[in-house]
Amino acid sequence: MSTMAVGAARGRLELREFFRRKDAVVFTFALPAFLLVLLGSVFSGTVLGDMSMSQLFTASMVGAGIISTSFITLGVGVAGDREDGTLKRLRGTPMPVAAYFLGKLALVAVASVAEVALLLAVGIGLYGVELPADPARWLTFAWVFGLGVVSCALLGIAASAAAKSARSAPAVMNLPYIGLQFISGVFINPIVVLPSAMVAVASFFPLKWIAQGMRSVFLPDEAAVLEMAGTWEHGMTALVLGAWCVVGLGLCLVTFRWTDE
Amino acid sequence: MSAIEVSGLRKAYGGVTAVDGVDLDVAAGEVFALLGPNGAGKSTTVEVLEGHRKRDSGEVRVLGRDPGKPSGDWRARIGVVLQATSDAAELTVREAVAHFAGYYPNPRDADAVIDLVGLTEKAGARAGKLSGGQRRRLDVALGIVGRPELLFLDEPTTGFDPEARRQFWRLIRLLADEGTTILLTTHYLDEAEALADRVAVIARGRIVAEGTPSTLGGRATAEATVRWRGADGPQVRRTPDPQRLIVELARHEELAELTVSRPTLEDVYLDLIGERA
Repeated sequence: MSTMAVGAARGRLELREFFRRKDAVVFTFALPAFLLVLLGSVFSGTVLGDMSMSQLFTASMVGAGIISTSFITLGVGVAGDREDGTLKRLRGTPMPVAAYFLGKLALVAVASVAEVALLLAVGIGLYGVELPADPARWLTFAWVFGLGVVSCALLGIAASAAAKSARSAPAVMNLPYIGLQFISGVFINPIVVLPSAMVAVASFFPLKWIAQGMRSVFLPDEAAVLEMAGTWEHGMTALVLGAWCVVGLGLCLVTFRWTDE
Repeated sequence: MSAIEVSGLRKAYGGVTAVDGVDLDVAAGEVFALLGPNGAGKSTTVEVLEGHRKRDSGEVRVLGRDPGKPSGDWRARIGVVLQATSDAAELTVREAVAHFAGYYPNPRDADAVIDLVGLTEKAGARAGKLSGGQRRRLDVALGIVGRPELLFLDEPTTGFDPEARRQFWRLIRLLADEGTTILLTTHYLDEAEALADRVAVIARGRIVAEGTPSTLGGRATAEATVRWRGADGPQVRRTPDPQRLIVELARHEELAELTVSRPTLEDVYLDLIGERA
């Protein structure tokens, strides 16, 4: 079989394993939706006239959600593969190494699309979020989603090497993720209420830009005044996320290990 | 033709020498057992042969190729059964075997392999729910689904109960009868004796003895120990010719509780690795 075909077969296998793993489904997949329900219910006011806070949270949480399904899934998943013998076993087969990563990419892509769908379903069902009709906005969604998922997937693979064991991996992955959600305009909205020094720190990492990009897709144009810069900053978003893709790939190549030994 | 040829293999970790000049030759179709205590260099040697570890020096050929430069088509000709793993826990036996079959150019039929390892009744069960022995049989299924010419089995029956071990041996004999070359590492001497055509003992990074299980370490020609209960109580005599001794003794008294024993493989092994008091 070709590398692509084996990669596709691995992707199907990875998805099956992911959705059968209760801890993955609960803590990686369902948690962002649960948090959105909580946040949207706690902060029920409106901003800028008639825009509800929960709409703001929905758009931001879509950004945070795809980091959960990319960064957390791979950070925890690859550390697990290293510890439970998956990688060592695969290394003893003629499977091309690229097929393993293609499979992970397929897993992350499908799980992330499903995550977005789940979060939007919550937003539409509970908070009256409306999907944009303008194709230009979906184009923006496509590149923010693509760059966000790829950069965070690569960073997740690189971060898996930092975990000493599969057991410590969720803690190692969640520390930066939860911290960044506080200072990147996910848990606390609108982002302008945060101290500017905090947002300055957050601006070095992907989450702030992914969340901001998703707000530009799902919120009315006038909501841009609630951003630090007062605009959506699409150019800067693409630049930062593109840079993280390159850095993430470099880190993967330097840090990837087959085993814990 | 040799399936495995090794001469002067060396490997050190930091300043510690794990393998210190190992020579091995395993013929195609042979079942070869590598015995040795933990830390003797057994696993390192096997990992070099499997292409999982780089060697420091030495000539190594596995199926005619250098395992230090493993290629996909070479990997397709070998099967590796690692020490106990817990991967693929969420997949069913059939899903896992069918998926791994897809890696190989000429795989066995997934259901036939499952049947061969005796897991047909468990084909729909998740790997994580199998017992220890069933899980090891799944490991073997994944190792042989690609129809390997050479199979590496690393301590395959550790933790098995005696019945599961006997079942596992039948499976290995079946594979050997099909012509698969098998390199086996084990702690169990009865396992080596039951399965292997030839045995090598490795200690402190070197091969200290090599031969058939029945002749290893001069076992076949060693003095026999004859024990019996005579009129004066229990008697023990060592002799190179037990038959003559017994015939001689039987003329004079009744030999109650008579036994004749040669050194067991375990006695020889413990002598070889220098562990015998």
